[in-house]
Amino acid sequence: MTTTETPGMLRRILDYSSRADPYPLYAELRKTPVARQEDDTYVISTYREITDVLHNPHLSSDTRNLSHPTAGAEEQTTPAFINLDPPEHDRLRRMAMRHFGPPHTPGLVTGMEPALTDTVSGLLDDCAGKERIDIVDDFAYPFPVAVICHLLGVPREDEPRFRIWVNDLINSIDYDPKTDPKEKLDKGVQARKDLRQYLGGLLEQRHGGQGGDLLSRLANDDGPDGRMTDEEIISTANLLLIAGHETTVNLITNGMLTLLRHPQVLRRLRDEPDLVVPLVEELLRYEPPVHIIPWRAAYSDITVADTVIPKGSRIMLMLASGSRDPNRFHDPDRFDPDRRDNQHLGFGSGIHLCFGGPLARRETEIALTELVRRLDRPGLVADPPPYRRSPVLRGPIHLYVEQG
Amino acid sequence: MRVVVDLSRCEGYAQCAFLAPDAFRMHGEEALMYDPGASNARRDQVLRAAAACPVQAILVDQLEGRDAPAEGSSS
Amino acid sequence: MTSAENLQAFKRDGRIVVVGASLAGLRAAETLRDEGFTGSLTMIGDELGEPYDRPPLSKQVLTGWVPAENTKLPRRREIDAKWLLGVPASGLDLATNQVRLADGRTVPFDRVLISTGVRARPWFVESEAALDGVFVVRTREHAEGLQRALAAGPSRVLVIGAGFTGSEIASICRERDIPVTVAELAPAPLVGALGAMIGEVAADMQRARGVDLRCGVKVTQLEGDAQGRLRRAHFDDGTTIDADVAVVALGGIRNTEWLQGSGLAAGVWGIACDTGCRALDLNGLVTDDIFVAGDVARCPNPIYEYRLISLEHWANAVEQAEVAAHNMVSGQADRWPHLSIPLFWSIQFGVNIKSVGVPTFADEVVVTQGSVPDHRFVAAYGYRGRVTAAVSFNNAKWLDHYRTLIETAAPFPPACPTPDQPADMKPTPVDFPGPVLLAQGATVVVTGHDPSERRVTAAHQHR
Repeated sequence: MTTTETPGMLRRILDYSSRADPYPLYAELRKTPVARQEDDTYVISTYREITDVLHNPHLSSDTRNLSHPTAGAEEQTTPAFINLDPPEHDRLRRMAMRHFGPPHTPGLVTGMEPALTDTVSGLLDDCAGKERIDIVDDFAYPFPVAVICHLLGVPREDEPRFRIWVNDLINSIDYDPKTDPKEKLDKGVQARKDLRQYLGGLLEQRHGGQGGDLLSRLANDDGPDGRMTDEEIISTANLLLIAGHETTVNLITNGMLTLLRHPQVLRRLRDEPDLVVPLVEELLRYEPPVHIIPWRAAYSDITVADTVIPKGSRIMLMLASGSRDPNRFHDPDRFDPDRRDNQHLGFGSGIHLCFGGPLARRETEIALTELVRRLDRPGLVADPPPYRRSPVLRGPIHLYVEQG
Repeated sequence: MRVVVDLSRCEGYAQCAFLAPDAFRMHGEEALMYDPGASNARRDQVLRAAAACPVQAILVDQLEGRDAPAEGSSS
Repeated sequence: MTSAENLQAFKRDGRIVVVGASLAGLRAAETLRDEGFTGSLTMIGDELGEPYDRPPLSKQVLTGWVPAENTKLPRRREIDAKWLLGVPASGLDLATNQVRLADGRTVPFDRVLISTGVRARPWFVESEAALDGVFVVRTREHAEGLQRALAAGPSRVLVIGAGFTGSEIASICRERDIPVTVAELAPAPLVGALGAMIGEVAADMQRARGVDLRCGVKVTQLEGDAQGRLRRAHFDDGTTIDADVAVVALGGIRNTEWLQGSGLAAGVWGIACDTGCRALDLNGLVTDDIFVAGDVARCPNPIYEYRLISLEHWANAVEQAEVAAHNMVSGQADRWPHLSIPLFWSIQFGVNIKSVGVPTFADEVVVTQGSVPDHRFVAAYGYRGRVTAAVSFNNAKWLDHYRTLIETAAPFPPACPTPDQPADMKPTPVDFPGPVLLAQGATVVVTGHDPSERRVTAAHQHR
């Protein structure tokens, strides 16, 4: 019953032509909360069912528990914690968290705030006076890249190298053997190898060092869980490098786009800077940087909304759809920074909740506050703007803004 | 300012302890201890923490001490 | 007048009295105003000062981080109430709709909410309880006094009773590097609330952190010196220890004595009510104008065979207060039932312990996820083949799933495997101690078929 759906709905969502506005398709999809696809993937699109699944211990994040492993995944000999289950997930995440947040390093994010503000100011100084700027290339991309490089201990000047790898890698996430050229997958596999090798090289220099960056600290840590292996450190750094900027660039850019589409909110934010806090939460609901968790595996037969999902099935979670579910949120398609009941899925939920969420929040809050304060009567050049390919990490590839 | 956390909702995501480390502290990996009378100087941080809570368990005073019975009075 | 007109008139200028001005009373008052009640609202409380939050008292306050004074509850809105503080209620007259206060005043009402809560069970020998250095922890003043005593660097603290509060206090003593002995009559800590298997885990945790844990023993005497200061405690096995601070953590006593003779079904387990929070009288008749909420209420729950359940849980006080308040100002067709699944937490020895459901309503328990030796796990409780509760140690993110299992009466033991399921997953008998210990340790008690119910019948026969 719940598994019948309009044929091809998922395909239409994944198709690039839907990237600018997938929301009407999500609304269609939600009519079938658990939609079984021809390839036995189960697509879950309603809030309650998504949160149920994210708290269900019978689900696995480990590709090895899929009956048909996803393409490209087999290359990962040592998965990062995002692709692991407890207890390994918990152990590795805990070890990484020791150097990033509470309980061991509670003041790190708040301590970074002056540096975040400086970076933002510097980038905006460069934009001053320009008639046309690209919010992505001039601001929303370089900002989080600088932050994550500093945090991890990756030289900022290596960015042109890893940018190519990260792009190829992300392009391969939604690889579909039926429609995509094999080259797309191969490039992703090679990029993964190259990036790991690059990070491995950095790590080698950090052993025995005293640096305060995350790579150095992971390399030389002796916490209660012992020390990560080099392979584990590389996987962790790999994950944090990519997730540390690819998501934030979307959040900041989606944020600016949304503000330009809601000029009255933009004006309000300029007058009441405190508004940025609930505003970013509303952005995480309304235009989140991560739209889809592309797969989880049913570790045993599980029942979701009366549908039995057999062991080994691939489950796809449509987070951005869940956050627009009218059964959960009042007037969900309205951007309302004053929304009080806003338990969104912007960072996921459960044990895999976004590792860097607090940093992403502060980055975006500072970025948007300063953008609206410093840009001079900004206006969109094109609406909708051109989008990146990925339906998973969804956001504009460029966001041209004219000022003055 | 006054703060209360519904710890039966709290799942230990620690977002508050990241964003307002003086007012919210993790006790071990998952248990939260907080300052129910957090300093007003930390108001911005505490409001950020409350907004970021993934289970919306943090309640911050709406009245700032108005509507209080006089301390020590019995009528 | 129709009943709808009556209701409107009552909401406009009726008189509501809330007896018990703590968490439940305050949230109820806020809900009453939220729902449009504009009549007179009177808050009666035996403690002076604004309503405050109690859970921090045995945690943040005792570590010395937060002053006891700084625990006032945040307000959701103004309540425009008359506060009668510092005087306890001493009686309730159902015939004339009046609350009597201990100082002789009477307060008339159209509807009343009883949320008088629980007080700490004192040490059983009054002269010993009065010794300098002997504490209970329930109020702000208690916590402040104990905090000062801990800050003075006592040579040893004796905690009597290893329920949640006692265990939390022992944990803080260790955190402050104060030697601590815990004496518990049951075979292990937390046994009354969570059963023997979890009790063993709790005992491990205490010993690993250097607590001198003594189970199966009873403290028989607290001995003072000539200055009236606590010096020594005597156990029933003939041993003694020297201690200058003793914390009596033997659970609570429900504040229902003031209702004796009122005709309400009130006794040691609390005041019986229906799921709409309306109080029952001794004959089981539902009253119209008397409502109950919080620790003092005994409310039936269909998930647990409609047995009357008493809870000392923070979230229950809030939810029940909201339901009671809503029902106080709503017509019959708009009333809500209070049907939530109990949730509880405790923070001790760096571990977050949470429970969902009623662990005491179970015959078997099984570890379903994680590792018991690491103190990171989830255990499910079952009663006659269905899941009735679950407990997590540093694994709270999974508990929502178990709530669903309880709601749907899922089979016990849970059949499907999870990625981090222990290899030797086998249910064991849950093994709770007898009702006397239950009364001291558990924060949720199924009271429906308990012998103490006879008190109610007996009281009726006296009338």
